[in-house]
Amino acid sequence: MSAEDTPRVEDTGFAKKAAGPVKWIDERVGGASLSKGLIRKVFPDHWSFLLGEIALYSFIVLLLSGTFLTLWFQPSMAEMHYHGSYAPLQGVEMSQAYASTLDISFDIRGGLLVRQIHHWAAALFIAAMMAHMLRVFFTGAYRKPREVNWLIGVGLLGLGLVEGFAGYSLPDDLLSGTGLRFVDGLIRSIPIVGSYIEFFLFGGEFPGNEIIPRLYMAHILLIPALILGLIAAHMLLLVYHKHTQWPGAGRTNENVVGYPVLPVYAAKAGGFFFIVFGFTAFMSAIIQINPIWVYGPYNPSEVTAGSQPDWYMGFAEGAVRIMPNWEWSFLNYTWSWNVFIPAVGGLTSLFVILAAWPFVERWITGDDREHHLLVRPRNAPTRTALGAAGVTAYGVLWAAGGNDIIATQFHLDIFAITWVFRIGFFVFPVLAYIITKRICIGLQRADAERVLHGYETGVLERTPDGSYSERHAPLDVNRQYALTNHARLPELTETPLVDENGVELTGKARRKAKRRDKVRRWYYAGAHDKPTTHDVDHALEHFAGHEGHPVELGQEFAGVSETGVPKQH
Amino acid sequence: MSHDVHTPVPAEEPIDNPGLPAHLPRPTDVDPAQAKRAERQVSTLFILAILLSLGFCVAYFAVDIDATFLGWSALNFALGTTVGLSLLFIGVGAVQWAKKLMDDHEAVEMRHPVASSTEDRAAFMESINAANRESGFGRRPLIRRSMLGAMAALGLPAIVVLRDLGPLPHSQWKTVWKKGMRVVNDVSGMPIKPSDIEVGQLINAEPAIFYEVDEEGERVVEGTELLQAKSKAAVIVVRMRPEDISPAKGKENWGVDGILCYSKICTHVGCPISLWEQQTHHLLCPCHQSTFDLADNGKVIFGPAHRPLPQLPLAVDEEGYLIATSDFPDIVAPSYPELHRDQKKLDKGDQA
Repeated sequence: MSAEDTPRVEDTGFAKKAAGPVKWIDERVGGASLSKGLIRKVFPDHWSFLLGEIALYSFIVLLLSGTFLTLWFQPSMAEMHYHGSYAPLQGVEMSQAYASTLDISFDIRGGLLVRQIHHWAAALFIAAMMAHMLRVFFTGAYRKPREVNWLIGVGLLGLGLVEGFAGYSLPDDLLSGTGLRFVDGLIRSIPIVGSYIEFFLFGGEFPGNEIIPRLYMAHILLIPALILGLIAAHMLLLVYHKHTQWPGAGRTNENVVGYPVLPVYAAKAGGFFFIVFGFTAFMSAIIQINPIWVYGPYNPSEVTAGSQPDWYMGFAEGAVRIMPNWEWSFLNYTWSWNVFIPAVGGLTSLFVILAAWPFVERWITGDDREHHLLVRPRNAPTRTALGAAGVTAYGVLWAAGGNDIIATQFHLDIFAITWVFRIGFFVFPVLAYIITKRICIGLQRADAERVLHGYETGVLERTPDGSYSERHAPLDVNRQYALTNHARLPELTETPLVDENGVELTGKARRKAKRRDKVRRWYYAGAHDKPTTHDVDHALEHFAGHEGHPVELGQEFAGVSETGVPKQH
Repeated sequence: MSHDVHTPVPAEEPIDNPGLPAHLPRPTDVDPAQAKRAERQVSTLFILAILLSLGFCVAYFAVDIDATFLGWSALNFALGTTVGLSLLFIGVGAVQWAKKLMDDHEAVEMRHPVASSTEDRAAFMESINAANRESGFGRRPLIRRSMLGAMAALGLPAIVVLRDLGPLPHSQWKTVWKKGMRVVNDVSGMPIKPSDIEVGQLINAEPAIFYEVDEEGERVVEGTELLQAKSKAAVIVVRMRPEDISPAKGKENWGVDGILCYSKICTHVGCPISLWEQQTHHLLCPCHQSTFDLADNGKVIFGPAHRPLPQLPLAVDEEGYLIATSDFPDIVAPSYPELHRDQKKLDKGDQA
């Protein structure tokens, strides 16, 4: 639209109505100068950018539904006799926490729905955070300048797991109590100070009568406040950095192409919040989750066969299940490595690896540039392969967390399954690494092939000497550009083993330089580089009719459809 | 980096940036009828959302809380579907509005380097420098260090004040089992006679004290204390053929006619163990699948548990009911750092 078509702002009906309130607010808080750019800020569009949004929106759903639940929930372990409307538990002795959860489920209209919304949203919150994190990892979006935001994300995931576990423990039913018993065993396994932490946390011997009120405080105040603070920082940095985008015609490392916050993203993202909320509510209407009345109140001498934690704790559960039974008596102490290594060690190492990766990769590549363009996973084969190995290791542990379910469902021997997971934890990630790397390199070659030789038209030709060939047509230039604008592989020359003053490195410094050189070679090994200018020029000549492949396809030819029918303009 | 192994190849890009592709109009941009249709679609979704919200309110008052639909709460179904679909329709309507009717010309915004300009950074450095100069923060190490020390020392009260979170850990080797205490069924509280148990049977049991009442009819152990006691004293009683059992030295007379009693609490992380395979005499923990051989002194034969399942020595009293002849000689429940020390003390006490 040109300037002439647009009426002056003051003359539109909308502005006449809005001018008064805007003036009133601006004279008091002065927001106009800050907001004028922000509300038209440009965001790029891609489905994978919605994953983080799902996490954000499910957190808002959690805040809303959680607030509703606090109106009735009693975070108390005081014992009482149940006299609510759920007949099978009439007169049974239970904690107030469990009884009030039953009341929410059976006596408060809509209480069951909101409880289920809360639980489904929690499962979705963690799932969306993890999917979002994988998206960021596999597209290299964590690279400079976004390392700090990656760390904030790692912190959010960790807090999310703790928050989820705390909430899961609150109803004090048999399943959640079994989960707490597991955590008690885990805390006891901490060398030397385990008993102290146990007695301070539980206010004495397990289960005591303090843990639920304490977890309640953490669950509804402390951790949500930390999560909210980190989300705010996450969002501020996102706005400041501007969102990454996929490369393509007109989309470079220096710009961002997309739609403005107002109106397009206000409608799309705002609408998406309602979709996430609506989806969660609809699921809660038709799919049951955590029916605590079936499990009964917590009793340390009872357990249900097939007890399972919420899905996001499954990997820690699996690690504990497949760990060999190592325990030492040493220096007059008991060292429970069978619990400490998989549970405490496993969780810690997961988060240390996640937090360290951007810095490790930067040390390997020595890359100090700012990156705002996403990388297709195939164009970073080693990173993608490492990610696949990590996902596989996580998957093995997660599946191991359900080894009893696998055994009963498929009538397999539980010991054999456990051994498969024990070995698989070490073997499958290596296989995943090798296979993924080969697939990435294959895809890189295919991309180069398509740039240089075009796509298959499906038109077969016979030459006068009787040989057959298929006609290729060059790709659309936008497509060609999208396939070739990623970074070229660095040239791996021999490392000069000298310092900045040209003095030969010796001893430790020399070994360090050599080691880094070796890691860098490994990191880039095998990757297929994109075509050079020379390759492309050569390919153009080829298309122009050399080597017996004429490409006079005519003006109308627009390629062929999947069924081989020539497309029409 | 002092010795970069790679210098970026200066070769220019194989394909030049063709620039943003031309904007393609949507059907709703060029055909007013299509636009009108989209407008009606979006507003229909919003109107449906209003009706569903009203439907929610009607269901709230009209559907009985005990009514069932397909075997489950009808109220939950009615409330969830109405409000869920209402939310979904609002969301879908808004997204549809954006996709079909809002201007879809892509905007381009230039990025700026994340770092501040050199001048700004210099000015910032100058500001901290001035603050440092004027305060003498760098020049007066005595003040600086004592102040930082004073703040760090505040960490001590912050930690010490948490001391009363719980008592100091005490030895956890004792349970409520005592010499002569009857072993009772954990559901009925009835004492058990050896003849009540068949070969291959497993009974979940508890110490009789859990069912005892004082003169005023109050339970002797109740509330939190009861849960804490249960988490250590719960047992299982099994009967095997005496010839199948291979008791360790000193444990030969811990059973009564092939009836043995073991702790129900897994030595791994404390789940109650109950999956009994009577053919193999194996007891499997449902939490992490640690497997114990009850015919062989509760030995661990698979899984992450390390210590054997502690055994409670049994006898029968004059009325013929099963009783314990002592507390557990081995510590029950999951391992903790002081376990090794406590077990040694316990062993010494036994000999004394």
